[in-house]
Amino acid sequence: MLRFVGRRLGEGALTLAVLVTLTFFVMRLAPGGPFSRSRKISPEVLENIKARFHLDEPVWLQFGRYVWGLMRFDFGPSTRFRDYSVGDLIASGLPYSLTIGFWAVVVASLVGIGLGIAGALGRNGVTDYVAGTVGVIGIAVPIFVIGPLAQVVFALWLDWVPVGGSDQGWRSLVLPVLVLSLPNIAYISRLTRGSMIEVMRENYVRTARAKGIGARRALMSHTLRGALLPVIAYLGPATAAIITGSILIETIFAVPGIGRHFVDAALNRDYPLVMGITVLYGGILILFNLATDLLRGWLDPRVRANG
Amino acid sequence: MARPLSTLDLQVRRFAQNPLAMASVVVLGLIVLMCFAGPLAFPFTGEDADFDQINAPITLTSAHLFGTDDYGRDLLVRVMEGGQVSLSIGFLGALTAGGIGVLYGAVAGYAGGRADRVMMRAVEVLYGFPYVILVILLSLLFGGGNVALFVAIVCTLWLTPAVIVRAQAQSLARREFVEAARACGMRPASIVAVHIVPNCLSVVIVYGSLLVPEVILSESFLSFLGIGIKEPQASWGNLIQTGTAAMDTDLRLLLLPGTLLALVLFCLNFIADGLRDAFDPNER
Repeated sequence: MLRFVGRRLGEGALTLAVLVTLTFFVMRLAPGGPFSRSRKISPEVLENIKARFHLDEPVWLQFGRYVWGLMRFDFGPSTRFRDYSVGDLIASGLPYSLTIGFWAVVVASLVGIGLGIAGALGRNGVTDYVAGTVGVIGIAVPIFVIGPLAQVVFALWLDWVPVGGSDQGWRSLVLPVLVLSLPNIAYISRLTRGSMIEVMRENYVRTARAKGIGARRALMSHTLRGALLPVIAYLGPATAAIITGSILIETIFAVPGIGRHFVDAALNRDYPLVMGITVLYGGILILFNLATDLLRGWLDPRVRANG
Repeated sequence: MARPLSTLDLQVRRFAQNPLAMASVVVLGLIVLMCFAGPLAFPFTGEDADFDQINAPITLTSAHLFGTDDYGRDLLVRVMEGGQVSLSIGFLGALTAGGIGVLYGAVAGYAGGRADRVMMRAVEVLYGFPYVILVILLSLLFGGGNVALFVAIVCTLWLTPAVIVRAQAQSLARREFVEAARACGMRPASIVAVHIVPNCLSVVIVYGSLLVPEVILSESFLSFLGIGIKEPQASWGNLIQTGTAAMDTDLRLLLLPGTLLALVLFCLNFIADGLRDAFDPNER
């Protein structure tokens, strides 16, 4: 188990290192610079600004400086939002992003697993069809179509919740969380249903039933344990989908989180801010993949042995 | 005497017996036909502004069936032209990403050993990247525009087919007929091309069909964020974006491109399901 953990940690660190390097050089190679979009300024002033952000140094030196800063958790200053460091910007946006992401993961897992189990137990019944329909809609209709439609129906016409923003407490969370969790409800319920049906046919479940264990107990302690393994394996990528989906959600619902900063930062070539958000997202993603791997390794000895 | 049924015949027959999948093929075909042939039926293009008819509503009797946008451009024609862009990028992108993935996976799986380990480690590292961030960065690197968008999407979506084909190729590489080919002195490159790739095709078709909606989704999502295809060229993504901006007054601008995009994605998903059931009956 210890070796397994060590290998996974090593892989995660390698991924993060490649991600940082790749993002750094991709940003520098992309045409344009942080100040090419702003109004005309004299060359001397431009030189001064560049010197302030160390952009006049050779690229490898900038890279070394960045990595050195990163090791001390210093993401550097933002080139667009003067007087703000990337750390400040992330710290002010992260709570919003995390709140939405957290609730979306919770809603997606609970509803998804629930629908999946209900569908598997009553195959081809009404619940199964309802769950299947929700699944197909969630997978096929993109969130940037569902999101605006939900705003029109629930905010503009019915006036139950605000259109967007973040100033109305839990009420402003409802739409972003629901829309963000919908595609994942779809995937998780499909996955749960499929693996439930498979596990219910397994010999060990039949044995348990034959020995006189009640249907409820066989379900809770035998079927579910086996059936949820692939679902847990999916939760890592699902978290990734939710994190990246939040870029869209925050744009649609005008949430002041970090996802919304990312697109602006990338378009304005705000190198430090792009790097900071990439490192953060990459780090979260790697951490979640690691956590799911460890959880699977703990639940299923076969994963430990082969991984 | 009737020719015995081949596996492919059986698979085609199974697919044809799936009503949902067949209906999807028909609907998708109609949409493709409409997008590519439809604009020819109108005397104007999607970029011609009709300044007498700005923000015209739906009137099925006038030349502008679904009305016009802020610039007086015909909405229906713009949506059809946007469809051309989204659909071509979707199919071409899936084909290219699938092709790269198949080749990479087949080579890694057949070569085995150290080459395989290095190649698959690279894939694992790329898998650990936040996908959306990677697409955005890559499309910036290639300077924005259609080609950049295409390259960025292909660069990020070839990973899954590579992993799937590699597993298949690995088991094929140990089979007797590959052994025989090697013993006869066939070169590794030809073995991969003649024996490995064709034998992976059924898996590739099933997973490849899932790539198409993924590419279309990526394209429209990037265009929605303003990074992909830019005005005045239309794509479903940027049309939906324009529609969102006007949704409180005029839902038509959002509903027409949004519905078509959703419809295409529905069809592609049902077709992929049908293909999976036809090629892999044990999977259901």
